[in-house]
Amino acid sequence: MDLIQAVEQGQLRTDRAGFRPGDTVKVYWQISEGGRQRIQVFEGVVIGRSGTGLRETFTVRKVSQGVGVERVFPLHSPLIDHIEVVRQGRVRRAKLYYLRGLMGKAARIGERRQNTAGEQETSAKKE
Amino acid sequence: MAKATAGLLGRKVGMTQVFGEQGEWIPVTVLEVGPCPVVQKKTVEKDGYSALQLGFGAIRERLVNKPRRGHFARAQVKPVRWLREIRWDPEAAAAVQVGQELKADLFSPGERVDVIARSKGKGFAGVIKRFGNRRGPMSHGSMYHRRVGTLGATAPQRVLPGKKMPGRMGGRQATVLNMEVVRVDAEANLVLVRGAVPGPRNGLVLIRRTLKGGRRSA
Repeated sequence: MDLIQAVEQGQLRTDRAGFRPGDTVKVYWQISEGGRQRIQVFEGVVIGRSGTGLRETFTVRKVSQGVGVERVFPLHSPLIDHIEVVRQGRVRRAKLYYLRGLMGKAARIGERRQNTAGEQETSAKKE
Repeated sequence: MAKATAGLLGRKVGMTQVFGEQGEWIPVTVLEVGPCPVVQKKTVEKDGYSALQLGFGAIRERLVNKPRRGHFARAQVKPVRWLREIRWDPEAAAAVQVGQELKADLFSPGERVDVIARSKGKGFAGVIKRFGNRRGPMSHGSMYHRRVGTLGATAPQRVLPGKKMPGRMGGRQATVLNMEVVRVDAEANLVLVRGAVPGPRNGLVLIRRTLKGGRRSA
């Protein structure tokens, strides 16, 4: 399997690691329409990450005009210009599918606090 | 196989996806191709056709029997696990020496190739899996679920040859024509082709310049 990792290595993006499920992110997604390129922003809560290596994807959920919209992005896609973390959320599971059944106030996610930021530092050291 | 071509032997590593130029997913099969030593040359003058016998895969010395050992010694190559003959263009073959190693740089991205390998054995399979027949209803007292159906009319009073019936499936040679080469890494001996390739991981594959396709090639 390490040969497959070697194949994927060249296209991996290291600048896209810094978010987890529960975080609110802005995804700057390049779209080309009629030969022109422009950037579309999709902002929402990351409700899960899936897969490993080059095939890793993440799902972003937002509620647009009362309708829940979810979009799955390939994490390492060259079409993602960049990802901006707007807010770090405190959640206790990896997949936030329960948000689909909740609306408005119930669907809020608490903020990850400073004391958990200390925990982040140690995890950053490991890397 | 009659037409002259060129090809190499390799091993199926597995499948993954890579990004294309437009940022789209491309499903690829990773093949470890070569290096393939040329063990023997078949020429038009001597054998009536032009081909190269190539080897692939490391093997422990003691697994090689004596006749084979002699065969390798004559070509002055290290013993290999697999030997296959590939039809080769006579002029191109003239430039190749016995004992020389051919590498994955024989292929280039965008090129069309055929991939030949032994498909995964499925064992004794019924007609639904083996030939895609449709099944009967599973309920409402049907009692006709996955059976063969009719073996024929009463008139010939026998079963016609070639009647599709249950039996061994898979485990035979399968060829995928006109596959696109997505990427070639000659240093790592890797070739990526778009789509799936027959056979299990680590299985032997033969990859050659396409004989029939090439119409869509860039």
